[in-house]
Amino acid sequence: MIIHHPILGPRDAQEFVYLGDASLIGRPDGLTASIEEFHNYTYLRDNPAGAHRELWYHEQGDRSWLVVTRNTVTHEILQVELARDVARAEGRSK
Amino acid sequence: MPDFILKPLTALGHDHPEVDILGPWTITERADIALASLALRRGRLGDVQTAAAAAGVPLPQAGASASGAVYSAFWMTPEMWMVEAPYASHEDIRAHLLPAFGDAASITEQTDAWVRFDLAGAGLERLFERLSNFDLAKAPAGAATRTVMEHLGCYLIKRSDTLVTIYGPRSSAQSLHHALTVAAQSVL
Repeated sequence: MIIHHPILGPRDAQEFVYLGDASLIGRPDGLTASIEEFHNYTYLRDNPAGAHRELWYHEQGDRSWLVVTRNTVTHEILQVELARDVARAEGRSK
Repeated sequence: MPDFILKPLTALGHDHPEVDILGPWTITERADIALASLALRRGRLGDVQTAAAAAGVPLPQAGASASGAVYSAFWMTPEMWMVEAPYASHEDIRAHLLPAFGDAASITEQTDAWVRFDLAGAGLERLFERLSNFDLAKAPAGAATRTVMEHLGCYLIKRSDTLVTIYGPRSSAQSLHHALTVAAQSVL
């Protein structure tokens, strides 16, 4: 499997470490969120057969975090973004 | 107070850097380079570019290295570079760089964290195809990347077709040296 790193180009998936669902970026606000929201954030994951947004870490490369959209049925990689850009677009970063 | 006479040792633990000549290749331990990492602070790209140009520090694009008159540099990760300078004149490299960059960048001394090996000779891709998944033959001169060799995270810089620099973790210098020499001997 080849991951097309947005900066470094095509790289072997072996260079990356998989973390999981990219919804981890959307952590609820610790001061205002309810216990149910935190429970959902911590424990509940979608398990789609199809496109799935997930976090990958380029451990053997430039150590950037990526959001990879992958088809879990075919393993086709549909989109690769820097997690930093995704988080900022979601207003996660000051 | 007793006088301590301390003897400087290279990363491989000798008085002088080790040089191995294996077939067409020369593997040279380099102890004469000072290193500092330079990380951009948020939103200060313009300031850092201006300061770097004034101080003669190149800031190469992603996946590349560049040389200047005194300083050279290679790209490490977005908005971060490793700066190289001669150890003899820049032993305190951070103190040299800090006045130029001020609070626009975070500068960290890295000299003693790394061991550097320079590999010279024709056909180095035959050696590196055994060590790393980086395609040295296809990479252009000046390419710089982080890769894994012998389970060690290393920086690889292709200076030219016949010269490659490796930076590996200093605490594993002998393991890395062993891997390089074994690979060289096995493809001789």
